[in-house]
Amino acid sequence: MEQTNFQLKKQDAQSNEWSARLHHATRATREDWMGRGISYLCIGVIILVVASMLWFITSKGLATFTQNHVNVWQFLTGTNWSPDTGHIGAAPMIVGSFAVTFAAAIVATPFAVGTAIFMTEISPNKGRKLLQPVIELLVGIPSVVYGFIGLAVVVPFMRHLVGGSGFGIISATFVLFVMVLPTITSMTVDSLRAVPRHYKEASLALGATRWQTVSRVILRSATPGILTAIIFGMARAFGEALAVQMVIGNAAVMPKNLISAASTLTSQLTSGIGDTIDGTLPNNALWSLALILLLMSLFFNALVRVIAKRGQLKHER
Amino acid sequence: MNAKRKDFVATVMINLIVAAVVGILVFLLTYILVAGLPHVSWTFLTGTTDAFSGAGGIGVQLFNSFYLLVLTMLISIPISLGAGIYLAEYAKDNWRTSLIRSAIEVLSSLPSVVVGLFGFLLFVVKFKIGFSVISGAIALTFFNLPLLTRNIEESLSAVSSSQREAGLSLGLSKWKTEIGIILPVALPGIVTGVVLSAGRVFGEAAALIYTAGQSAPVTNFADWNPMNADSPLNPLRPAETLAVHIWKINTEGLATNAAALSAAASAVLIIAVLLFNLSARLLGNYLYRRVTASK
Repeated sequence: MEQTNFQLKKQDAQSNEWSARLHHATRATREDWMGRGISYLCIGVIILVVASMLWFITSKGLATFTQNHVNVWQFLTGTNWSPDTGHIGAAPMIVGSFAVTFAAAIVATPFAVGTAIFMTEISPNKGRKLLQPVIELLVGIPSVVYGFIGLAVVVPFMRHLVGGSGFGIISATFVLFVMVLPTITSMTVDSLRAVPRHYKEASLALGATRWQTVSRVILRSATPGILTAIIFGMARAFGEALAVQMVIGNAAVMPKNLISAASTLTSQLTSGIGDTIDGTLPNNALWSLALILLLMSLFFNALVRVIAKRGQLKHER
Repeated sequence: MNAKRKDFVATVMINLIVAAVVGILVFLLTYILVAGLPHVSWTFLTGTTDAFSGAGGIGVQLFNSFYLLVLTMLISIPISLGAGIYLAEYAKDNWRTSLIRSAIEVLSSLPSVVVGLFGFLLFVVKFKIGFSVISGAIALTFFNLPLLTRNIEESLSAVSSSQREAGLSLGLSKWKTEIGIILPVALPGIVTGVVLSAGRVFGEAAALIYTAGQSAPVTNFADWNPMNADSPLNPLRPAETLAVHIWKINTEGLATNAAALSAAASAVLIIAVLLFNLSARLLGNYLYRRVTASK
């Protein structure tokens, strides 16, 4: 009797232990919970950063219009930027930013597309061994170094060539051209490589020359990708601050020509934000410039998406 | 002009373009090195800067650059590792994931000056920490996170799913599989990405001007207690980096030999960035051979 009772108790304990083990999470499950928690936390941090960045800059940038009651239209089109006297027309900076961005993209695109064609169609071997490192090195050079070279080489060169101070939109264009060149090139290379091989083979089989194949088949079918590349380059040019600030001359006046001192949104921000007092009109006005930068960056982002979507549709059809 | 001739002309044009692009790089590098290297000396690399004119050595700035880099990497690698694992492993293909991806894309496309201004607003204006190493490191983290996350996610996703299945079939948890099996295989790609981003962080200046500040107070290199005010490790002191220094002496500096100084500093910066790029390649290849046991 004693014996069986003991055995029963033992069995009971055993089954209890099993049920405990089966009804509770195993170590592996707990590990999984922990892993899930950690990775959710990390992604949460990034989302928080993005959200607070958008929120803070938007609310700061809108203060000019809500607290200082500046008319949005006057802000965007006014040409007189002297915040200390209450005049904040941002048009000179907006025009400057767009001018250098478009000019740099226009100059850089032929170079980038030509280099990309060389790397994919003419000499893939040299492209990989020689040009790939060249592009990577150009990406790696820090923007202040570009700015310094612009200051030491491009500005004096322009001064000799066309006169004036040498500072201005044309010098900024030169510097930005070199800075966006690797961005546009490497993305164009990717989109040229993505063109299906049989397109090219079909064209060559019809007796087309290499240039005919490249210009009428490959470039055409890679157009969405190349446009995306150009927009990425423009986004980089639009947001570049220091290199531009060093060579453009930083005069907040409407640019009369390409060789007079001008300013961009970024250059005005970098040279101005440290000298203004938080909460005052001159400070708020600068934050509004930052808001324009932010919105333009979002706009470029959206544009890339639209082009990617349309490009996809075309390929599916 | 017939088709053959057009083809020839186009080929010549493209060759000229390529020559121009290569020429630009060669010119940039030789200009910097020729103009800068003669002024680089041991006293320049370790000397202190004259606070008023900006002339003198770059010892403190060089230290600041590396210190900020290390801090930035300490903060950003764990976060982007977790986020990368989330995107590669846990994220389902739904609207929430695509929203997260767009958020990361937005962060990566923001101009670095905007990131710097946000850091300025948050740490210097709102939290009143002032221009400091820690503000700069966090601003650089914001700037670094999206690229590093994407790199880690791509490296993890590239690992074949049979490895994942093997781990799970052994009864390992998803997390253990990821950390113990997938991560080591993906390591070469991740390390390459990390070192490349280190080069980018090292040369960044726009995000730092208003977060880590533009002054490099003389620090006492004998005092390594981070709590002391003039210790080089003190995270609350302002820290002008090498890249910011180059910008500063060119725009506001009063040094008479500003051009020579900034050429020398640029040469040092370029060499550091080149070393980062080179070591990214070598380290990636080495780790790849070690992990895959291939030659």
